[in-house]
Amino acid sequence: MQTAEADLKALMLAGLAGDAAAYRLLLESLQQQLAAFFRRRLAGDLSEVDDLVQEALIAIHTRRGTYDRSQLFTAWTYAIARYKLIDHFRRKGRAKSVPLEDQALFVADESSSVEARLDIERAMATLPAATQSLIRDIKLREFSNAEAAASRNMSETAAKVAVHRGIKKLMTFLGAEPEKRP
Amino acid sequence: MSDLARQLSSDLAPVQRGLVLRRLLFGLGGGLAASIVLVLLILGPRPDMSGAMDTAMFWMKLLYPLSLVAIALLAAERLARPAASARSRLAWLPLPFVLVALLALVVFILAQPAARETILMGQSARVCPFIVLASAVPPLAGLVWAMRGLAPTRLAETGAVIGLAAGGAGAFAYAWHCTEAGAPFLAIWYTLGIAAAALLGGLIGPRTLRW
Repeated sequence: MQTAEADLKALMLAGLAGDAAAYRLLLESLQQQLAAFFRRRLAGDLSEVDDLVQEALIAIHTRRGTYDRSQLFTAWTYAIARYKLIDHFRRKGRAKSVPLEDQALFVADESSSVEARLDIERAMATLPAATQSLIRDIKLREFSNAEAAASRNMSETAAKVAVHRGIKKLMTFLGAEPEKRP
Repeated sequence: MSDLARQLSSDLAPVQRGLVLRRLLFGLGGGLAASIVLVLLILGPRPDMSGAMDTAMFWMKLLYPLSLVAIALLAAERLARPAASARSRLAWLPLPFVLVALLALVVFILAQPAARETILMGQSARVCPFIVLASAVPPLAGLVWAMRGLAPTRLAETGAVIGLAAGGAGAFAYAWHCTEAGAPFLAIWYTLGIAAAALLGGLIGPRTLRW
């Protein structure tokens, strides 16, 4: 993380000074990271991901003069990616903000991931204790549905339904719409 | 996709430092020049200009809006950058308002009761805020243009801040015509026009500043 910041920033500074080769390397690296970032947030739709990557990359290029050399370069890039994502959601009228800031673009933004964790903890606290522990086992500790159900003397279907309802409630609490598959 | 990185990096021009502030100054300067020309052409310079230039109030009416322009512009320079905070620069904002309000209060209290209405309402209280707001439109247009080439991420806040700068610029332009000489007049009616411009900027920001 420290080296990503230092490496990318060095490339950016060279690019700002007019070094086309360094700048191209920077854009290619950002392209991959932006693709991963948008893929995580959009859950699927690859054509949308490509469009957003392209849009964000062009924005980074045309607005590169707004990068302040005393700033973290990753924070600047992350803010642009996040802005483009929010703008995308707003255009589609799906959500007013980007929820669940648990994975920053470069996992550099410590404070926001801590905040997100606290948000999720608060949301979890609204669920029944049994559901909470089910979600922790299945979604975080990666037990299978069958394993989690067996250790609780419940059917696999009942476990699945409880987790599904719990997640739905979490999403509502966090202000996001539950994901809809097209 | 890798073509895009290649295209964007071909004929790469170096970027100079201070680009953000220069672009904002350019947009503001163009709009302010237009406003001053319009005020002088449509309303005309104040008839008592040479005498007025010896009074402190003449300079006060220029300095007060100008100080707001300076603070708002420095804040806008931060807001134009993703992930930058303008808070430390906006912290200066109350200062001019408070100083002018205090001056107005002192002048009002020390004035003869019979003279109070004149220094408060003058001859033009009813039109002053509207002309200030109208004079703010060209600088606001210039600043919106400048901001659209930059990268603000908080559009309403950015709109309000450039609206404030434009309001200050509009008041500065109008002061070349306006003959009012009361500090309370300045503190209330000029401030009202400037605040209206900030409100206008905040309202149009989310739509006009998108990129």
